[in-house]
Amino acid sequence: MIRVEGLRKRYGSHDALRGVTLEFRTGAVTALVGPNASGKTTLIKSLLGLVRPDAGAIFVKDTPVDSGGDYRRAIGYMPQLARFPENLTVADVIALVASVRSGERSDAVRDDELIEAFHLVREMDRLVRTLSGGTRQKVSAAIAFLFSPEILILDEPTAGLDPLAAAILKDKIRSVRAEGRTVLITSHVSAELEGLADDVAFLCDGEIGFTGTFDSLLHQVGERRFEGAIASLFRSKGRVA
Amino acid sequence: MNVIRLIVSAGLRDLSRSRWLIGYALGFFVLAEGLFWFGGSGPQVVLSLLNIVLMVVPLVALVFGAIHVYASREFVELLLSQPVPRKPLFTGLWLGLALPLAGAFAIGAGLPFVFNGGGGAGFSALATLAAAGVVLSFIFSGIATWIAWTTDDRLRGVGLALGVWLAATVLYDGAILAATAAFGDYPLERPLLAAMILNPVDLARLVVLSQLDASALMGYTGALFNKALGTAGGAAMAGAALLAWCGVPYLMSARRFARRDF
Repeated sequence: MIRVEGLRKRYGSHDALRGVTLEFRTGAVTALVGPNASGKTTLIKSLLGLVRPDAGAIFVKDTPVDSGGDYRRAIGYMPQLARFPENLTVADVIALVASVRSGERSDAVRDDELIEAFHLVREMDRLVRTLSGGTRQKVSAAIAFLFSPEILILDEPTAGLDPLAAAILKDKIRSVRAEGRTVLITSHVSAELEGLADDVAFLCDGEIGFTGTFDSLLHQVGERRFEGAIASLFRSKGRVA
Repeated sequence: MNVIRLIVSAGLRDLSRSRWLIGYALGFFVLAEGLFWFGGSGPQVVLSLLNIVLMVVPLVALVFGAIHVYASREFVELLLSQPVPRKPLFTGLWLGLALPLAGAFAIGAGLPFVFNGGGGAGFSALATLAAAGVVLSFIFSGIATWIAWTTDDRLRGVGLALGVWLAATVLYDGAILAATAAFGDYPLERPLLAAMILNPVDLARLVVLSQLDASALMGYTGALFNKALGTAGGAAMAGAALLAWCGVPYLMSARRFARRDF
């Protein structure tokens, strides 16, 4: 579904990505983990075409991402920071993204499940500036899932969500996985990736330190818990977890 | 075109509810109405308002524009993650900023003239003042956009915007004045005319003054400007220069937006 080949990106004298090669399995939830400044966000933004790599290639459904933006029709993105124009209503924001995404098409399939589960219907007429951080995050999650995309890229999706909303979101991730859709998720909370992630890609200093299934990671580092396994990977790269 | 229309209409909806922009429009309304209230005739109000427009419109377009673009960054990233090309998105974002700014000025400064039946100011003077404010809004919001998409550090970007404002409204005129004093023995009219065209604030001032016959107050140089800008060719040249001033920051920002990493 998503293939990354020899991806390199340099910002000034800092190498954000150093020849990253990996593949995200179709129908699997892949946890992209790593310490701060390891290149996770650069990798995600490269997949979305927001960052232009210096070298290497990315293929989404066998389409190179530098061939135009149409491949993004298959992707739903939830950024780390949920920020919207302050004086638009929630309904305005959702309608704008929907219109921009589907153009003149009125037959676009919409998945309103998160809007209902998060009780966003009653928030629709509220201005963004009056919303709490958690509600903005819910709006952001609802937008990512709204168009039933084949691929979901979720950057720290549960940050700022209350436990109930986080549980609803995790259930939703499990249900889209069951439908055979691909999910790429980053999180600093290792515990919440346990039971959610099928595969793990560990990124450190712009390089892939591990890529494989969740079980193979536990087996390789001799840990029983994901948190311990990630800590082992951090230590193996000379990082204090 | 559809993307541009969608983004522009969202920008208009967003900024028309902005308390800052409503305050900006109200400020111009109170100023113009106050000038009429204190007995000013139409041409006097236009002249007084001109000095305020030339200082305030660039300042607000630069600072508000830069802050607005910085605050929109994450949402722009979300829009760019949709199947949308960058160029129409950028055009929509710029127009979605410039149009509300220009509209707030035009409504705020224009309504008192409507209420007072123009106050005796000629239509061409009023239209030129309105056009000057609108064009300055477009020019300086374009410059603000370029600054914000070029400078990642918000504080530095806003500082740069203030620096551009200071240079365009104060320092440039100071430099021209110094040059005039230093080279007073030489025929400076033509170089001065060229220098005025290189600064959109001065250019807007000259265009409005040429409609008010106030250039007579500026002596020989003013007469030369009036002669140059009062003809059809001169007006076309001034119009072309102001359009170029709108286009250059837009094109520079669009180029930067199309190539930058987010």
